[in-house]
Amino acid sequence: MNLLDPGGANAARIASVWWIIFGLGAAVYVVVAGFVLVAAFRGRRRRGDTEAVGRDSAFIWIGGVLVPAAILMLVAVVTVSTTRALRQPAKDPLTISVVGKRWWWAVSYPGERITTANEIHVPVGRPLRIELTTSDVIHSFWVPQLSQKVDTIPGQVNHLDMKVTKPGIYRGQCAEYCGLEHARMAFIVVAEDTTTFERWVAREQRPPGGPSAEQEARGQQVLVSSSCAGCHTVRGTPADGTLGPDLSDLGSRRMLGAGTVDNTPDNLRRWITDSQSIKPGNLMPPVPLSRDDADAVVAYLESLK
Amino acid sequence: MTTIAQPSADAAQPVLPGEVEEAMERRWRDAPGIPGFFASVDHKKIGVRYMVTAFVFFFLAGVQALFLRAQLAQPDAHVVGPQAYNELFTMHGVTMIFLFNTPVLAGFGNYLLPLMLGTRDMAFPRLNAFSYWIFLFSGLFMYSSYLFGSPPDGGWFAYVPLTEKAYSPGLNLDFWALGVAFIGISTTVGAINFIVTAFKMRAPGMTLNRMPMFVWSILAMAFMVIFSVPIVTLASMLLEFDRLFGTKFFLAAAGGSALLYQHLFWFWGHPEVYILFVPATGMISMIIPTFSRRPLAGYVWVATSLVAISFISFGVWVHHMFATGMPALAMSFFSAASLLIAIPSGVQFFAWISTMWHGRVRWTTPMLFALGFLLIFLLGGITGVMVAVLPFDWQVTDSYFIVAHFHYVLNGAVVFPIFGALYYWVPKITGRLLSERLGKWSFWMMFVGFNVTFFPMHVLGLLGMPRRVWTYSAGLGWDGLNLLISIGSGVFALGTLLTVANLVWARRRGAPAGADPWDADSLEWSVSSPPPHWNFTTIPSVAGRHPLWEGAALDEHREALAGEDDAVESMGGAGALTRTTPITGGLDTRPERLLVVPRETYLPFVAALGVAAVFVGMLVDAALVGGVGVLLGAIGIVWWGWRTEEDLV
Amino acid sequence: MTALPVPVQGSTVAVVPPQGSPGRPVGWWGMLVLIATEAVLFLGLLSSYFFLRAQAREWPLGGIKPPELTRISIFTVVLLASSVPLFWGEHAIARGRMRQLRVALLLSFVLGLAFIVNQGVEYRDLTFGWRDNAYASAFYVITGLHGLHVVVGLLMNLVVQLKAWKNRLSAERHLTVKLFSLYWHFVDVVWIFVFSSLYLSAHLR
Ligand code: HEA
Ligand code: HEA
Ligand code: HEC
Ligand code: CUA
Ligand SMILES: [Cu+2]
Repeated sequence: MNLLDPGGANAARIASVWWIIFGLGAAVYVVVAGFVLVAAFRGRRRRGDTEAVGRDSAFIWIGGVLVPAAILMLVAVVTVSTTRALRQPAKDPLTISVVGKRWWWAVSYPGERITTANEIHVPVGRPLRIELTTSDVIHSFWVPQLSQKVDTIPGQVNHLDMKVTKPGIYRGQCAEYCGLEHARMAFIVVAEDTTTFERWVAREQRPPGGPSAEQEARGQQVLVSSSCAGCHTVRGTPADGTLGPDLSDLGSRRMLGAGTVDNTPDNLRRWITDSQSIKPGNLMPPVPLSRDDADAVVAYLESLK
Repeated sequence: MTTIAQPSADAAQPVLPGEVEEAMERRWRDAPGIPGFFASVDHKKIGVRYMVTAFVFFFLAGVQALFLRAQLAQPDAHVVGPQAYNELFTMHGVTMIFLFNTPVLAGFGNYLLPLMLGTRDMAFPRLNAFSYWIFLFSGLFMYSSYLFGSPPDGGWFAYVPLTEKAYSPGLNLDFWALGVAFIGISTTVGAINFIVTAFKMRAPGMTLNRMPMFVWSILAMAFMVIFSVPIVTLASMLLEFDRLFGTKFFLAAAGGSALLYQHLFWFWGHPEVYILFVPATGMISMIIPTFSRRPLAGYVWVATSLVAISFISFGVWVHHMFATGMPALAMSFFSAASLLIAIPSGVQFFAWISTMWHGRVRWTTPMLFALGFLLIFLLGGITGVMVAVLPFDWQVTDSYFIVAHFHYVLNGAVVFPIFGALYYWVPKITGRLLSERLGKWSFWMMFVGFNVTFFPMHVLGLLGMPRRVWTYSAGLGWDGLNLLISIGSGVFALGTLLTVANLVWARRRGAPAGADPWDADSLEWSVSSPPPHWNFTTIPSVAGRHPLWEGAALDEHREALAGEDDAVESMGGAGALTRTTPITGGLDTRPERLLVVPRETYLPFVAALGVAAVFVGMLVDAALVGGVGVLLGAIGIVWWGWRTEEDLV
Repeated sequence: MTALPVPVQGSTVAVVPPQGSPGRPVGWWGMLVLIATEAVLFLGLLSSYFFLRAQAREWPLGGIKPPELTRISIFTVVLLASSVPLFWGEHAIARGRMRQLRVALLLSFVLGLAFIVNQGVEYRDLTFGWRDNAYASAFYVITGLHGLHVVVGLLMNLVVQLKAWKNRLSAERHLTVKLFSLYWHFVDVVWIFVFSSLYLSAHLR
């Protein structure tokens, strides 16, 4: 998640700002700290009288006012020009709507009519416009390697205009303290070339295929008839809850619990039977399921692609 | 020797020449034992109490920090759970800011201001006691939340709507909101006292441009308090109204605004960090000249910088809200203002450098802390400038880079001066010198431990670690650095303990300090250590910025004095005998009136208890307590009005 | 008066005859600073009001009608008028005229009381409660806080009156009167701002 190893245009731009201010800052530090040390040692060696106060104004004028003012002017120019560039909306962006929730991310592509969660697929090279809102408290959308962060504020739609330049999987994380499990509110951005992305879109637009094995069918049955359906949606089934993440493509997602653990059958099983042991305090209650039922649900969910 | 008439304000018995000291002692000494303890209005006692209490809170918050570090030392650790962690960092921040930093500086201010100004007490001694008790009670109030198992857990700035009833149903945030308003009373009252004292109680001849720089810094701090604290009181009370009564100030669904809360909070929050920082620079501006054996370079420059910082600090608050999606133009303005504030800081910085450069430096422990301060503050200031750069802040806000920045300034640029000030002024307070050896050990452990703890946090921030996370997964590249940080924090903590040990040791074994162990220049060093209860038998007349260096007796300029009879008289021993002290003109320092320093009284304690009762009650039953509060308030007002002529002159 | 020898190191204390005024007492300065913080508090509240308003699509929110103007205008005049007798009273007591002070205080009290009674009546007639929406909350809290200040002022007035009747004040010693009138003027001036913001400006589009 090193923000100096950018995979997006914004992050790259900010990384270069960092190198400028880091260079200036380091230079200022070395020079000024040098003055401090020389003054302290020189003053310690001095014998006899101290010098008159008249000598001071050169130090104060040059060191305290003129040089800093010049440096700060430079910094201000960098600030303003970068700010402008980063806030420049691009033409024909792909709009992605992201809703911060305690403690996961609902993701949808209004143009493509796709809904998913905690995993955002984006095409490399195409401008993106992320629409950020919240359904509860303030969160902050941050993928350090791709771009700056933007908060989700109640009653307000914020925009983040960005572009991914390098394919890859980037981790993002909620950056505004949002309560108990703020630490476990991560997500990933999967940046792919355009054709892979288009393929992904096409697949997402189809409702998941029905269960292909008996165990999966049983899983579906359990899922829609138990409390799961009240909180989760699986397209093409009666399960249409919205309190929890959409599960229609869960089998293809890489992580569970908003980036907390890898999506493996074992983890999924643990999640379903006792998500509290993985992510204490998250808003999904433990659901009492028999061993077989749990296995069936796991099998079914892993089949959803 | 002169004979002067005793002011008619007091009908004391005649005093024989040999017994003058004793008579003064009788007039000023507090009653012994417990009653005297609760009734004292002596600014020196109150000052010391402030410091001791604040340091207790410092160690509490420090221990909380060590728990934070224990939890974060390793990935996926479970030393504490998420709820406990959130409570810990909230209380750590709240305690450090509200219950340690602000009050400890108020403590130094209380102790030192009258001594530096050459007067016998603060302008409002009882108010002074009151503000101490309020501080103590508000601290106990916030910490009593632990007894109910619901300490605040919303972060030290308690953003809505997370802290609204819907998402924080427990009492946790009520303790926070009420506590903040509660301690705000103490800070505000204290600031009023500082302002009036600095303007009206200066010894004759101490014009504004002769005030010690520490007094300037306290004055600047007090003005920032006056203009900012009401706003945080407002923020916290509106939040409490939302929580208790269901008003809708911050609820977007009913026309309220979450951003309004942030504006209100940071309108105070930013000045607040300078409220903490400015007095710390004032300490440095006293320590460096003393140990460079020459006057502070650019006195006028430095004083002007303090004023400039205070002003500019009110125009930068939005830099804490850069990621909220405001229009770029508005934010650029605040970004630029934040850059601007580096200039007055730079002026101060080079004034200190120049003082040493042209002086003869002694590397005593206070001076070491000052040097440590310079090296640390420089870095914290520079990272401050970096995060003022809007686009860069967009990346690192709410990451460990910010945690690094503000510990460099808060823990470095404020705590180091405070420790330096302990080594510098505690000999005045106790009459005993601290051990230099132990002091230097303490300094080096703190300095090394500090940098090992907080420097790597910058890197963590650049590696994308957000703040306020109770744990993190392995393999994100954060593991090693976090461990290092946790180790460093232990070293730092041990360093602070060495100073505690030093203080304990010196109480009994320290070498006697004498009046002026450091050859310093300001008036507090002209009286014995510890100073007599009345501070000055004769109020000095001041003829320059550095009364003790400028040689010539403090009193020689007395002839030139023109003023009201009784006020001039009270400057002499008669004043010390009658518990009076002169009030002087704010600009010309002409003795104008008499201030009768009040005797011990329980009133401040009782009044503070009354206030505490109201705040406690708000938690229990707002309506009932509203009634009781109104009643208490009414009694207070009536009493105040009835006694004014007798007490306030 | 006992003359006593007191050691004053150094030279002589020459007592020079008084020049100019003895300056204001510290109590007065303290009150001034206190008023400054109070002013900031109101400034914060009124700014919050306008902040909320700037965000809103309609104002007042939720179909509430802007506050009625005629009656409150009259009582605004009443409140402002209550400051006038205080100038007079202060002037009087400085010359030792206790009777005039009593009359002034009483007059000011009656006017202030009328204002607060009207506010009570207005609250009774309001069609909305403070939980309804942010506008309602702001309206109640701002006017309520100001009302609280008026009540405190009235109470102070009572105390000062009592002292005036009991002759505890004099031309030389009447700090209470000064402090009270300073405070009362402040409460009046704040009302001008509250009135302009909550009442007048609510009628502006
Ligand atoms: C003692 C407290 C203190 C001090 C002194 C400062 C000093 C400064 N701070 Fe800091 N700040 C905090 C305490 C403090 N800060 C805290 C507590 C927070 C976080 C709150 C939270 O979120 O919990 C914070 C957060 C914070 C932010 C918000 C970050 C974020 O949340 O995203 C910003 C942004 O602009 C900022 C900027 C600055 C600047 C520009 C200075 C300047 O005043 C620094 C000026 C000083 C120097 C620059 C050094 C000396 C100058 C020279 C030697 C001259 C030459 C120098 C140059 C040319 C660069 N601070
Ligand atoms: C003056 C201010 C101040 C000071 C001095 C400190 C001091 C320290 N701080 Fe603090 N810190 C803040 C102000 C301060 N902090 C604020 C405002 C926040 C933000 C909170 C928020 O986000 O809401 C914060 C947040 C904060 C975090 C981030 C938490 C998070 O975001 O998840 C961390 C993490 O490492 C941390 C660590 C430390 C450490 C290790 C110290 C060390 O310096 C502590 C040193 C330890 C001691 C001084 C204790 C010594 C005592 C003993 C060894 C035991 C002796 C026992 C007895 C005497 C009984 N602090
Ligand atoms: C009360 C509501 C509720 C019920 C009932 C519920 N869930 Fe959840 N579920 C949630 C919430 C909320 C989350 C998000 C938790 C988080 O990450 O913080 C979640 C997360 C999940 C996830 C992880 C999704 C992801 O992308 O991280 C899975 C899988 C899941 N639930 C399956 C189930 C199954 C299967 C059931 C029934 C046996 C069930 N849930 C019942 C609310 C619920
Ligand atoms: Cu969502 Cu932090
Ligand atoms: Cu700030």
